[in-house]
Amino acid sequence: MTIFLFVILSSFLFALILFGLGQQKFQRMTWVASLLPISLFLYFSSFVSPIINGEVFTFFTKWVPSLGINLDFRLDNLAILFTLLITGVGSIVFLYTTQYLKGHPKILRFYTFLTIFMGAMIGLVTSNNIITLFIFWELTSISSFYLISFNNTQAESRKSAIIALSITGLGGLALLAFAVLAGQITGTLSISEMLQSSEVFENHEVSALLMVFIFLAAFTKSAQFPFHFWLPGAMKAPTPVSTYLHSATMVKAGIYLLLRFTPHFQNNSYFFTVLLIVGGITMLYAAFQTLFKTDLKGILAYSTIGALGIMVFLIGIGTTASITAAIVFIVVHALYKACLFLVTGTIDHQAGTRDITKLGGLRKVLLPLSIAGFIAAFSSGGFPPTIGFIGKDLIYEATLHGGMNPVFLTTIAVLTNILMVFAGLVVGVKPFTGKQPEELGRVKKPHFLLWLMPMLLATLSLLFGIFPGMIESLFTHNITPDLTGEESPHLAIWHGFNLIILLSSITIIAGLAVYFLWKPSYKKESSMIKFNAFSPKRLALVFANQFERISYFLTRFFQNGYLRRYVMIILVLLTLVFGIHIFINPRIFLSLKEIKALNWNEIVVLAMMLVSVLFTVFTKSRLSAIAGMGVLGYTMCFIFVFYGAPDLAMTQFSIDTLTVILFVLVLYRLPKYLKLSNRTNRIRDGIIATSFGTFLAFTIIEIMNENPVKATSEFYAEYAYKLAKGKNVVNVILVDFRGFDTMIEIVVLSIAAIGVFALLKLYLKKHEK
Amino acid sequence: MEILLAIMTGILYAAGIYLILRRSLVKLIIGIVILGNGVNLLIFLMGGLVKGNPPLIPADGKMLEGVFADPVPQALILTAIVISFGLQSFAIVLIKRAYKVLKTDDIDTMNKTDDIK
Amino acid sequence: MKSLILKTVSTTLLPLLILFSVFVLLRGHYLPGGGFIGGLIAAIAFILHAFANGLDQTRKLIRIHPGFLIPVGLAIAILSALAPVIFTGDPAMTGLWYEKDIAILGKIGSALFFDTGVYLVVIGVCLTIIFTISESV
Repeated sequence: MTIFLFVILSSFLFALILFGLGQQKFQRMTWVASLLPISLFLYFSSFVSPIINGEVFTFFTKWVPSLGINLDFRLDNLAILFTLLITGVGSIVFLYTTQYLKGHPKILRFYTFLTIFMGAMIGLVTSNNIITLFIFWELTSISSFYLISFNNTQAESRKSAIIALSITGLGGLALLAFAVLAGQITGTLSISEMLQSSEVFENHEVSALLMVFIFLAAFTKSAQFPFHFWLPGAMKAPTPVSTYLHSATMVKAGIYLLLRFTPHFQNNSYFFTVLLIVGGITMLYAAFQTLFKTDLKGILAYSTIGALGIMVFLIGIGTTASITAAIVFIVVHALYKACLFLVTGTIDHQAGTRDITKLGGLRKVLLPLSIAGFIAAFSSGGFPPTIGFIGKDLIYEATLHGGMNPVFLTTIAVLTNILMVFAGLVVGVKPFTGKQPEELGRVKKPHFLLWLMPMLLATLSLLFGIFPGMIESLFTHNITPDLTGEESPHLAIWHGFNLIILLSSITIIAGLAVYFLWKPSYKKESSMIKFNAFSPKRLALVFANQFERISYFLTRFFQNGYLRRYVMIILVLLTLVFGIHIFINPRIFLSLKEIKALNWNEIVVLAMMLVSVLFTVFTKSRLSAIAGMGVLGYTMCFIFVFYGAPDLAMTQFSIDTLTVILFVLVLYRLPKYLKLSNRTNRIRDGIIATSFGTFLAFTIIEIMNENPVKATSEFYAEYAYKLAKGKNVVNVILVDFRGFDTMIEIVVLSIAAIGVFALLKLYLKKHEK
Repeated sequence: MEILLAIMTGILYAAGIYLILRRSLVKLIIGIVILGNGVNLLIFLMGGLVKGNPPLIPADGKMLEGVFADPVPQALILTAIVISFGLQSFAIVLIKRAYKVLKTDDIDTMNKTDDIK
Repeated sequence: MKSLILKTVSTTLLPLLILFSVFVLLRGHYLPGGGFIGGLIAAIAFILHAFANGLDQTRKLIRIHPGFLIPVGLAIAILSALAPVIFTGDPAMTGLWYEKDIAILGKIGSALFFDTGVYLVVIGVCLTIIFTISESV
């Protein structure tokens, strides 16, 4: 299955190839980019029938085996559902964009990032190794950052992209923490193998922590309350991006993660309770928000958050029926939401506005588009015979038999759905009905791709609605047992008269009522703004600003541009650490015997050293300081000679000579010694320096009482000749055992020489002269 | 001797640090040189002092035996000495250039890159 | 600093010191010495010559720009590090040795070439730095 790896990575290669084409050439053949998603869609389709029959395709190759990180991909029922959505909706979006962004000067960049994004999504849903899952997860965040900030000349766009990146990035960190923790306690990084030790996820001492991490990851990515606010901001992206990111891919990654780990947390009731609560809050909150928006995309953004809330809510109910409902709803939502986004995009493209209060009567010009919009709106509202109707049935089925509090759960589900009916109708129906407002001007007919693509999605919504057996046999029939171990309920459009039909009817009627009675307006939109002070977005921004302020303050405090301050902070801290340590357990043994054993030549060298150091420090002339420094270097030579280091002595001697020459050469161009600091400062510095020196000396003496570990030296001593055929062990280490270090060293030296040459020889700029 | 050399290392560090804390660039670089010597001495001490016996395998031998000076710190120091020459020469030229442009030797007047016009 | 004695001595010393530096380089694998020390000695020899006879004289003597030695030395070092990969398929930096002993030098291996590279780089670096600085003073 090597081809499988190639397929998964093909998007990245393809992006590179696209990039290689160059803007000019690419602009004339934008359709080329669509080839990849289409062929990937066909490729993954070919797996559908074997996978339905119970096969699972895997690809495994070692990557970093010592850490348990492998290229481990697994195409099972859940993965195939997502890959088909990603590549299917991807194909449509890719084709749609050829017209939507026709002639755009940055279209190449757009397609490159979109392709990378698609590859990351495919990798994400097929990864069986949680670390690779994390890598792809982060890749989606990063590539979506570039897509959201596509209009990078607008400050608003950049800001939204940064918010989205920081929120989803936060989730990414949580996912990494989850991955590492889960890997540590289960002993494997393979998601399918983790299942074997699923008891860890229920009652291990850190299972609560595991849950916190996975929730953070999933909720940030899937825009759950209170992390939802990045998603409306992300609407600053071009509409095809919103279509792709928010209907079928990016935000579904969190849902995917939760579904993927549902079996692991199977018996952990907290897991499901939290999902239920968070999902419930999100869906109600977001659906309510749609009432107060006037921008079509704003409405879609909140209805997307609401839909994601419904999915999390359904997973949270945790029954077989609810999981089935969640899976069906993923498909339902992908189809109608992508369609509505594309419809919005075309309206925007043709009419030049997305403001719902200014739109109306477009059916005359955009008839095919309006049909697509109607169908999608109906699917969104759960009208029969669309797939949305079946999705809604399943939701009620799940809430009614949800165990905990069916009445309450059903009530909030009905409330949410009523508002979703409203949201769907506002976007999919309202722009096309009624009279065309005068100020809209003439609306041109769109290119056929701009209505055909939404139409395609709408047709699918209708098709699956009439033949729900297709969804069942393709997906739910297999995925549900995978996740819950139980058979999925049968999907059908008509179950006879029962409570569910009644609820569905109530939902639709109430939704229509809201649609006809409630008109979106600026007044209503601005009435919500006063609550913004308490919104999570505001809090997050305040937090971010304060964080920045504090970091700025701290940075200014520690890095104030005065070298002295840096050095002092480091030294004082180190001295304190040393000092406390030595103060607590003094282990200094000074024996006078050693001093007696000194030779006269050692005494002379030490004395010379002392004198030269003191001379260098206290002299008032530069030349004397340099002379003192030189003498110090030569006395070092003697020490090396005394203690068996002839190589060092020779090197030190030559380098010291060169250094002195260097200093003398530059000296006369250098400023005269200045006495810049006052007495107090000198005394303070003297105290800091002396105390550090003292503590260092004590520490050295203490360390020398320990027996050093000689294993490395003994290895070199034994093998220098046997392995490297050399007898000067120091030289053998330099050119053979650690030759690589020496290589780097000569490179560094070369850079220093080039630096010197450049600094002195290169032309001085005008103002420097 | 070890103890005296340890104290000497402390003195070298103190001297180096004291000079680094000065505001004059020239003193700063001399401080770095002295500190560099202190570091070399520190590494040398940590390997343990052995009088005489350099880490050379005798002409008729195949490995180092008995008492010998530790070759590892020696290799480290040798590298450090040569690198520090590169560092010093680059630093001193940088100082020379900075002096030429800014006409000052005072580090405190160079703490803002924006001020260079 | 153009004293006659220094001038005379340095002219004689230069070849001797260069010879000595090569000697130090070659024996480095067996006795104290090696590329670093050899390179430094050679550099000092040239610098001494420059002090006595003037920089232009020395430049004329060397003919090439000393900076040119840097890439040459680096290339030799890198090639000798890669030689095992190319010739025997061993990992980089594996020592390769010529079987027979050679008179005076002892065994010849890739390590010696590596050390030669170091030697050239060190000469190049030191001379570039010192020459550049003394020219710009």
